[in-house]
Amino acid sequence: MTALVWLLPAFPAAGAALNGVFGIRWFNRTVTAAVACLSMLASLALAIVAAVNVARVPLARTVVLGDWIPAIPAVTSNGHLPFHVAWTLLMDPLAAVMTLVVTGIGLLIHVYATAYMREESRGSYARFFCYMNLFCAFMLLLVLGGNFLVLFVGWEGVGLCSYLLIGFWYQKTSAVDAGRKAFIVNRIGDWGFVLGIMAAFLAFGTLDLQGVAAAAGHWPIERAQFGGLSIICLLLFVGAAGKSAQIPLYVWLPDAMEGPTPVSALIHAATMVTAGVYIVARNAVLFSHAPLVLAIIAIVGALTALMAASIAVVQTDIKRVLAYSTISQLGLMFLAAGVGAVSAAVFHLVTHAFFKALLFLGSGVVIHALAGEQDMRRMGGLKRYLPLTFVTMVIGALAIAGAPPLAGFFSKDEILLQAFGRNRALWALGSLTSLLTAFYMFRLIALTFYGPYKGDAAREPHDARGAMAVPLMFLAIGTIVVGFIGIPRTLGGANAIEHFLAPSFTETRPASVAIIAGQPDPPGTAERVAEARAELARDRAAHRAAFPVTEVTQERAWALMLLSALIAATGLAGAWRFYVTHPDVPRRAAERSSALHALLVNDYYVDDLYHATIVRGTFAAAREFWRVDLRVIDAFVNAWGIGTRVLAWISHIVDKLGVDGAVNATGWTAGEGSFLVRRGQTGLVQNYALLILVGVCAFLTLYMLAPGLELMRDLFAARQ
Amino acid sequence: MLEAVAFYGLAALILGFGLMVVTARSAVHSVVFLVLNFLAVAVAYVVLAAEFLAVIQVLVYAGGIVVLYLFVVMLVNQKRAPEAHHDPHRKSGLGVMLAAAVLAEVTAIVVYTASSSPASVPTPPPAIAGNTEQVGLLLYTDYLIPFEVASMLLLAAMVGAILFARKAQ
Amino acid sequence: MPITPYHYLVLAAALFTIGVIGVMVRRNIIILFMSIELMLNAVNLNLVAFSRLYGHVVGQVFALFIVAVAAAEAAVGLGILLAFYRNKETLNVDEVNLLRG
Repeated sequence: MTALVWLLPAFPAAGAALNGVFGIRWFNRTVTAAVACLSMLASLALAIVAAVNVARVPLARTVVLGDWIPAIPAVTSNGHLPFHVAWTLLMDPLAAVMTLVVTGIGLLIHVYATAYMREESRGSYARFFCYMNLFCAFMLLLVLGGNFLVLFVGWEGVGLCSYLLIGFWYQKTSAVDAGRKAFIVNRIGDWGFVLGIMAAFLAFGTLDLQGVAAAAGHWPIERAQFGGLSIICLLLFVGAAGKSAQIPLYVWLPDAMEGPTPVSALIHAATMVTAGVYIVARNAVLFSHAPLVLAIIAIVGALTALMAASIAVVQTDIKRVLAYSTISQLGLMFLAAGVGAVSAAVFHLVTHAFFKALLFLGSGVVIHALAGEQDMRRMGGLKRYLPLTFVTMVIGALAIAGAPPLAGFFSKDEILLQAFGRNRALWALGSLTSLLTAFYMFRLIALTFYGPYKGDAAREPHDARGAMAVPLMFLAIGTIVVGFIGIPRTLGGANAIEHFLAPSFTETRPASVAIIAGQPDPPGTAERVAEARAELARDRAAHRAAFPVTEVTQERAWALMLLSALIAATGLAGAWRFYVTHPDVPRRAAERSSALHALLVNDYYVDDLYHATIVRGTFAAAREFWRVDLRVIDAFVNAWGIGTRVLAWISHIVDKLGVDGAVNATGWTAGEGSFLVRRGQTGLVQNYALLILVGVCAFLTLYMLAPGLELMRDLFAARQ
Repeated sequence: MLEAVAFYGLAALILGFGLMVVTARSAVHSVVFLVLNFLAVAVAYVVLAAEFLAVIQVLVYAGGIVVLYLFVVMLVNQKRAPEAHHDPHRKSGLGVMLAAAVLAEVTAIVVYTASSSPASVPTPPPAIAGNTEQVGLLLYTDYLIPFEVASMLLLAAMVGAILFARKAQ
Repeated sequence: MPITPYHYLVLAAALFTIGVIGVMVRRNIIILFMSIELMLNAVNLNLVAFSRLYGHVVGQVFALFIVAVAAAEAAVGLGILLAFYRNKETLNVDEVNLLRG
């Protein structure tokens, strides 16, 4: 049964393949929607089964699907170890929670999108659902990945799908630019992530997640200085910051709202942006050995949360408010992870998925109803026209503000509790963020649903119907209910989720079992299962977690909870005053502190700063490189050409002087010689006769002297 | 004694007439001296016991060739002095010297040969008496082919001479 | 000194030399030809002297042929001379220089 876990990413992948290959050409909208939603439904069913299995037997199950990279000898700090990577999937409590979130929220958003995207052409419709399914497949691969490389495949895949979906309406320049920005900023994070993976292999000799956790358990906790483990964790956090939009790599998320609303809901609220939190949670053992990095994470998270919340207060685009809100909530999750409350971070991840998706889908209904209007200044008075949306969005806003007993209250309160135990300053930042969150969220509600109706009086905006309404309702119910899994003990609850997730954050137990897909369970599995169950029962009592949970006294816990509720109420009241009863106040506040207002509206000029430095710097560097390249290569080519010409000239000269010279010299010699020879041609017969006579004389002379010559020859011969 | 006188007298005649031939101004004079030279040479042939050749010499040379020369001299009606123009390229002085050198060398060779060889070669008596008969015998046996070729040569010379001397048409 | 055929050899050489000198010096073509006849005669004399020296008549036969050849040569030569005279109206051998280069 466990071996079927590979079907979890396979179903959406198959749906993507079908829609991509056949859907764009031949499927009509109904068939496309059916294929997409049914594949998500199948995955959800499997995820539920898997979660139930894990709940019953909290054993980490590794499924090996086959070899990927065969063993290559490599040198690591442990000496020579083969670099061997297999396709492994890991199913444990954390993975179960994440898959439930992805498939559940994913299914609801798919259903919503079948109605939302109906106005697209048939081919684009199919392309949309192909990308959506592909995204879900990659996300499931990410959360189920058993080693860093499989995880990285999912990591890159979701980045790709995010790019494809942000730029889905590719005829819009702004959408294309936003997609590119998202991909590039993500890439910067990925660079750190890959370096982290390589460093992890160098340090531990394996990339298997459980193997890494086991190996890390033996390393000392680096409290004082930055050691190797801290560097690995820092690099991994760089990757997480890129994906989860933390300082300084958050600038892509507001622009990513160019994509369709279901995309914003699924990718940029519920799932992809939470991948960074998942990374930190998954490598809890690793991070627990690097307290300095955890401190950095907490500080970055807190600052991001506050900064994003402050920007959200002055945004006018409804989706951008939600985008900055997402950044802020992610900051809170990292704050939780940084102070050691990893399960609290995951809990908040789950609840945030519900209410943020709900808010996004609700805003989608509003935008749809107003025919594409996204500026809140032109909205108002929609309470009358969109009652269902109004109710669900108010539920979502209450949840995010932290109003009890909705989901957000419990998760956020847990985070603030843990932060209070660690560092008061961080708790203060978190609380301030909560105040601002409540404020801007109800500002959104007020601007959208209250006040006079500013739209076209002739066209009455219609509420969500059918496929758009049902997911809203489900999400609303979920928002109300899901908080109950994390009710802390102080309130009498069992804090179920923390206990459920605890095994994932401890050092690996030898009781985990590796199951090879396709083969029967290895012998002794049943015994080991029983053994693990017993051990877990013991641990529940001892609670041997990676992070010692700070025990806060009951009174302090109650006090903090009350404070949270009060903060939420204050925010709500403030928004009510600013935007419902006295709508003039914001304008006057903006005029009075125009500098601050300008600073917030231009998101602290961070985008401009990046553009002025990094973007223009990159372009300038590229231009310089191009110039150098031009000069070097041109110079080289020209030099080559000149060299060839010089050689040719030399060759020509040699030919002219040498070869031609030789030929000419021969001719000249013949010509000049003939002058000499011609002088013998006097034409006088008697001169010719003279020549004959000369010959005769010579002959006679030789004849006469011959005896003498012979004599001399004999003399010489005798001498020698 | 008599032989010496005869020889030296004959030599003086031959050489003297020869010199006159070469140095005469007028062509006719030259021809006359040539005739006389031929006759002297014929006498020398007789002294050397070559009677047939002496007669042939007189008949052919003195009778034929010289007459031919005379005819040509008469035919050539010279208006200008024949040896007026003198080409500066000719090197006649050198020719004269070389000729003298040749003479000296040949003489030296002959003297040397004469002194180093036996005085007289004992000659066997000829089989047939009479010079003409001897010449005739050799001519018609050993040297028949040259004889016939010579007649061919004469024919060719005749034809050639006629051709050359014909008036242009 | 008894007169041996060797004396005749020297005589023939002297006659030959005279002929050569005549060929070298004189510019009249007819005189030139006659000098050549002198040279041929000198050769004949030479041959006859040798014939006398060796006691057989082969030399005389040779001389006979030379006489025939001399006759033929004189005939043809004079024919050429006549042809030349018709063209150039001169007997000066120095003006026979059409082959001058």
